[in-house]
Amino acid sequence: MNTAAANDTRPMIGRGFRLQWEAAQDCHVLLYPEGMVRLNQSAGEILKRCDGERDVAAIVADLEASFGASGLEKDVLAFLDMAHQQKWVQW
Amino acid sequence: MSQGSRPGPPLWLLAELTYRCPLHCVFCYNPVDFAKHEGELSTDDWLRVLREAREQGSVQCGFSGGEPMLRDDLEVLVAEAHRLGYYTNLLTSGVGLTEARIAALKQAGLDHIQLSFQDSTREVNDFLSHTRTFELKEKVAAMIKAHGYPMVMNIVIHRLNIDHMDRIIGMADELGAEYLELANSQYYSWAQLNRDHLLPTREQIERAEAVTATWREKLDGRMRIFFVVPDYHESRPKRCMNGWGNVFLTVTPDGTALPCHTARMLPGLDFPNVRNMNVHDIWYESEGFNRYRGTGWMKEPCASCDEKEKDLGGCRCQAYMLTQDPAAADPVCAKSPHHHVIADAVARAEQCGEQREHPLVFRGPAESRRLTRETTD
Repeated sequence: MNTAAANDTRPMIGRGFRLQWEAAQDCHVLLYPEGMVRLNQSAGEILKRCDGERDVAAIVADLEASFGASGLEKDVLAFLDMAHQQKWVQW
Repeated sequence: MSQGSRPGPPLWLLAELTYRCPLHCVFCYNPVDFAKHEGELSTDDWLRVLREAREQGSVQCGFSGGEPMLRDDLEVLVAEAHRLGYYTNLLTSGVGLTEARIAALKQAGLDHIQLSFQDSTREVNDFLSHTRTFELKEKVAAMIKAHGYPMVMNIVIHRLNIDHMDRIIGMADELGAEYLELANSQYYSWAQLNRDHLLPTREQIERAEAVTATWREKLDGRMRIFFVVPDYHESRPKRCMNGWGNVFLTVTPDGTALPCHTARMLPGLDFPNVRNMNVHDIWYESEGFNRYRGTGWMKEPCASCDEKEKDLGGCRCQAYMLTQDPAAADPVCAKSPHHHVIADAVARAEQCGEQREHPLVFRGPAESRRLTRETTD
C-alpha cells in the first residue's frame, strides 16, 4: 500500500474509479462514487496510460515520445505517488 | 442569471425514480404532498432523460427515490446510463435488493451502491436493536461486498438516535462498512414537520462527535467516517447544492425538473417537466433554473455581504420555509434578520420534555393525502 512508485511498477486505475474524456469539460476526468476530479492535461495523459500492463518506464518512454520531451521520469513518479495516495491508481 | 456568464453543465443528475417506498422515515425529504404527484415517468421517458442529460455533460447519475428497487426497469436504466458513460450510483435502503437483482445490476454496469440504514420501523427508539432490520442490512451488506462494491453506509442522525452513536458506528463496523456517512437530519419536508422531535441539543451533538472521534482512532483507517454537522447549529449557511442550477439536476418521479430535491415547495416558480422540455432548455433557458443562479437575485443582507460568493446566500427552501420569502438570506446565517427563528428552534431543543405540537408523523401515502388536504383546504 505504501510502496513508492518505481520504474517497474505497473499502475492501473484504482477500484471504483473511472477515467474518461469529457468533451463538455474539455478535459479528462476521474469519476468515483458521487464525485469527480477534473484533470489537467499532463495528469490525464499519465493516467490514460495506466492500464496495469505497462510499467512506469514504458509509460515515461511513451509520454516522452508523444510530446517530444525528455526527463519526465521524476515528475511522473511524483504524480503517481500522489495519485496512489488518493487511490486513483493501484499496483 | 446575474453575471451573464453561461453556467457549467449539469454534472449531477439525480433520477428520483419513484416516491413509492416500503419505509416510513420521519425525516424523509420527499415532498409531504408526494401522494398527489402520481404518474411516474415511463422507461422510455427515463431513457430519453438519461441521453439528453449526458449530452449536456452530466457525468454522475444517482438512482434514488423513494425506494428505487421498486422500479422493475432499474436494471434497464442502469445499463443505458452505464453505456452512455455515466458513473452510476444507487441509493437504496436495501429493501428489495435480492441476489438476482444485485447480480443483474452489476452486469448492467452499476458502479456504486450507497446503503442507507434507516429507522424503518415505527419503533424509532428501538430500531437499533430491531433484529429484522439488522438481519436485512447484514444480508444486503454481504451481497454488496461479494459483488466487489465498496460498502458505503449512510444513516440520518437526529435527536432520537444520536445518543446511540457508539452502537451505530459499532454496527456499521460489524457490517464491514468502509465508508460511513453520519448525516445529521436537515429540516425539510417530513423532517421539517417533525423538527421539534428531531432537532438534537448542542450537548448531544458534541457527545456524538466525541464518540465518533474515539471510533476514528480505534478503527485506524479501516472505515472512513464522515460526520455532517447540522446547519441549525452553525452561524453561516451551507452553500446549498453547491449553487442553484450550478451542478445539480433532480428529476422527480413525475418528470418535474428541479435544481434541488425540495425546490418544488417554492412559490411563484414554474418548474419545467422533462415530458415537454428537453434537458438543454431546462438547464439553460427555464425560468425555474435561472431564478436563483449566481448572486444577482439577492437582497440585503446578502447583496452587500463579502461572503456572498462563498455561500451564495444559503438555501432557498430554508429561507422560504422560515421567512416566507425565498429570496431572503438563509436564516441559519447570524447576519439574517430572521436568525432568531433558528435560535428559537435550537433553544426549544435544549428544553427537554417540552410540549410538542403533534406526535411524530410517519411518511406514508395516507399521511401525505391527509396533509395535502389540510394545506389546500
